[in-house]
Amino acid sequence: MPKSLLIISRQSPWSGSSAREALDIVLAGGAFDLPIGLLFLDDGVFQLAAKQDARTLQQKDLSANLQALPMFGVEALFVCGDSAAERGLDPNTLSLEEIQVLAAPEITALIDRYHQVITL
Amino acid sequence: MKFAIALFSAAHAPSSRRALLFARAALAGGHEIVRLFFYQDGVYNASGSVVTPQDELDMPRQWRTFVTEHQLDGVVCIAAALRRGVLNAEEAGRYRREAIAVGAPWELSGLGQLHDAVQDADRLICFGGA
Repeated sequence: MPKSLLIISRQSPWSGSSAREALDIVLAGGAFDLPIGLLFLDDGVFQLAAKQDARTLQQKDLSANLQALPMFGVEALFVCGDSAAERGLDPNTLSLEEIQVLAAPEITALIDRYHQVITL
Repeated sequence: MKFAIALFSAAHAPSSRRALLFARAALAGGHEIVRLFFYQDGVYNASGSVVTPQDELDMPRQWRTFVTEHQLDGVVCIAAALRRGVLNAEEAGRYRREAIAVGAPWELSGLGQLHDAVQDADRLICFGGA
């Protein structure tokens, strides 16, 4: 049994390369068929905001990459409901439909379920 | 115990010093370090181009000495390194850049090496993440 790895993505998509680089770890793990989970926490939930326009910031849009995660074998996708609510995002209108919205106690249990955790 | 150590912060960040202290303590305690993996700004710790003021700790040199002395597997993420201009001779040649910042004992390689280390180690210890 391969060890499972949870990536916790805590940065907004436009605050630097952290969101991109967290996603790259997830995609690489998916490519190796490893059990990978991805949790959007704190400002990381902004990556899931609908109707982003990256071009106005002369950046690349991560949304399409996120949509492709299930195709890359990454289906364990989670978002902290409190983080979304605190930032005025409705958990029901996030750009990833397959995502599970978790409350704080469920996040504790989620982290416990994984062998290893990387927070970026 | 087998440790994998991932470093995400630049050479001047406190977490880089903590990572090195942890790595030293792990070996001193009889543990094994299966791999050091430098990602994000952590790639700067492998740069030979960093000039540290004389009265400060030269972290890239400290890392280089530590990894060489203990013959550890020190891997720098190639994508993160390219993005930050931390190239070895091979990549500098490939992309026709003049500045070569990384040499032995460091190896530039992909994120697969991080996953490989996670699988191999009992514990992954991360420094300098968010």
